[in-house]
Amino acid sequence: MSKIATSLDQLSNHQRAVISGFLAAQSGLIEKLREIGFAEGDEVEILHRGLIGGSPLSVRLNRCIIALRKTEASQIQVVFVS
Amino acid sequence: MTIRIALVGAPNTGKTTLFNALTGGRGKTGNYPGVTVEKRTGNYTSNNGKTYELIDLPGVYGLSGRSSDERVSLQHLRGEIEDERQPDMMLAVLDASRLQTHLHSILQFKQIDLPMVLILNMMDMAQRDGLEIDLAALEKQLGFPVIGVTAPRKNGRQALEDKWDTLVKTTVKPTQGRQLDLPTLQAQARKIAKSVIKQSSASHDLTQSIDRVTMHPVFGPFLLMGIMFFIFQAVYTWSAIPMELIEAGVGFLQGGARQIQPEWLASLIGDGIIAGVGSIMVFLPQIVILFAFILLLEASGYMARAAFLVDGLMSKIGLNGRALIPLLSSFACAIPGVMAARSIESERDRLTTIMIAPLMTCSARLPVYALIIGAFIPNQSVGLFNLQGLVLFTLYMTGIVFAILIAFVLRHTVTKGPAQHLLLELPGYMIPKMVDFWIALFGRAWAFVRKAGTIIFATSVILWGLTSYPQTGGGIRDSYAGTIGAWIEPIFRPIGFSLETVIALVPGMAAREVVVAAMGTVYAVQGNEQQVEMGLAALLQSAWSLPSALAFLAWYVFAPQCFATLATVRRETNSWNWTLFLTGYLFVLAWVAAFATFQISTRMLA
Repeated sequence: MSKIATSLDQLSNHQRAVISGFLAAQSGLIEKLREIGFAEGDEVEILHRGLIGGSPLSVRLNRCIIALRKTEASQIQVVFVS
Repeated sequence: MTIRIALVGAPNTGKTTLFNALTGGRGKTGNYPGVTVEKRTGNYTSNNGKTYELIDLPGVYGLSGRSSDERVSLQHLRGEIEDERQPDMMLAVLDASRLQTHLHSILQFKQIDLPMVLILNMMDMAQRDGLEIDLAALEKQLGFPVIGVTAPRKNGRQALEDKWDTLVKTTVKPTQGRQLDLPTLQAQARKIAKSVIKQSSASHDLTQSIDRVTMHPVFGPFLLMGIMFFIFQAVYTWSAIPMELIEAGVGFLQGGARQIQPEWLASLIGDGIIAGVGSIMVFLPQIVILFAFILLLEASGYMARAAFLVDGLMSKIGLNGRALIPLLSSFACAIPGVMAARSIESERDRLTTIMIAPLMTCSARLPVYALIIGAFIPNQSVGLFNLQGLVLFTLYMTGIVFAILIAFVLRHTVTKGPAQHLLLELPGYMIPKMVDFWIALFGRAWAFVRKAGTIIFATSVILWGLTSYPQTGGGIRDSYAGTIGAWIEPIFRPIGFSLETVIALVPGMAAREVVVAAMGTVYAVQGNEQQVEMGLAALLQSAWSLPSALAFLAWYVFAPQCFATLATVRRETNSWNWTLFLTGYLFVLAWVAAFATFQISTRMLA
């Protein structure tokens, strides 16, 4: 068992992971992600991907499902145990 | 002074449903984020007979106010709107199932510094999902009252309504500690949520199962196309019998009107009013069927999935999947569509969306299309499909394709800018509440009938007068309407429109479907009696060539013929330039499309 750190968009479908932080690439985006509900310690899992370039993603966040694009998801850092 | 209470909370938590239930209001509800884009007020009378003013506001995720509808909500809560008193209290509404994810927004709202009560809504759904919340513990930790409700049900609201007066009287402003930043509030909220959620089973089992089909990367888009196609087929096939009945009724009334003396009155009633109003009433069944489908899609939770499915495509043209929701509501009417664009954060995206919203075929165009298709396109099967339904589908698709092209051009020129974010909550699926469905459907049908009885009635009478006088015996060209029409006729001659069509187009500026009523009147005034009783479609068949009919359809895919939409665009963009740009480009497209259609089809048929 080892802990693997990556970004949300890199997860395979249905791979459960825990949010560990956010990358600060775009100003304002982190606050938006936080306001809609993403936070450190929350469990996330990719449910579906769009046909064109695998974007957007539908992501389960706790008991919510949120659609976001790959670029947004790449700003969310996650950790999972394999 | 009446106590003002504002409903506040994340989008799609049931604020409007609660508002409607308490005030008897008819605010539009739906199962997707961003249904409400405007403030709405109503009165609520408590069990003890005391009256309160309730304010329903567009949903906000927090205090940053990124889109214009969010900003308006926050300004209302903070009392920053001119001539509007700040609310005395807030009812913060939270979806119980989403407590863990959204509780931090409640801690943020606390900073607005108004007395606050937390309403945990949709308790029934939370219980169904096996979620058990300790309300007393939550109340204790938050420091303000917490009430669990199921807004649509009377007994689901009882806990709130029983305590209403006491709640309002006793709730005070929350004590303000140090202003904490969002990450800290989130950590606090998660801790509180964890301690009050007693039991939690796996979430959204049903929703996730349905999503496996509807969100499938390959099957999902096909299903979306299939649903849209099915709707257009249904609009045609299901409406046939009721339409024939209404048509027969109109013909019967017209026959009766001939018996009236004096003759001019018979003409006014038969050729003016019945021909005008009757020719539009025929399309009521189709309007009802179209709206029934739109309402079901909105209430079920599928709408947000549709936005997800087209986002890949939308991003290619530089738009956001979020824009799909305003665009989809534009199929009903561009006016709410243009207003719904308020929920789009980026101003550039919002403007682009507004500019293409009128290209979505609104329900007012349906009668126009249906009339021409019914008269000129044979009602036969092509493989599995009905040819008339197929043509209708093509017209809708033409609008969509051009909307995509225009958006692409705009995003690479005037509204150029970086790609926007997509962050859209996908709601759990719900079975639409039948009562709400019927009320909303009746409301739409009634609005259509009322329009026929007012605007269309009035234009029919005026147009009858203008086409019937002065009576020189020289036909429509010598009438007042003919004189007016003759001025603009040269513009329309190259695209195959007759003088009668041009005359009908002018009142059609008021609203698109008026053109149908106007043609009913114009042709009734000059037609012979048997033809008139056979209906407008039969009249057109003998009066128009096929290329003219096709050109007319092409014209209406683009024509900016609705003053109300243009006025709304002016208000929402706050710019004459954008409004004139929209009007201009639609007019040019309409003319070019009609010209090309007329010239090409004339040559092909020659």
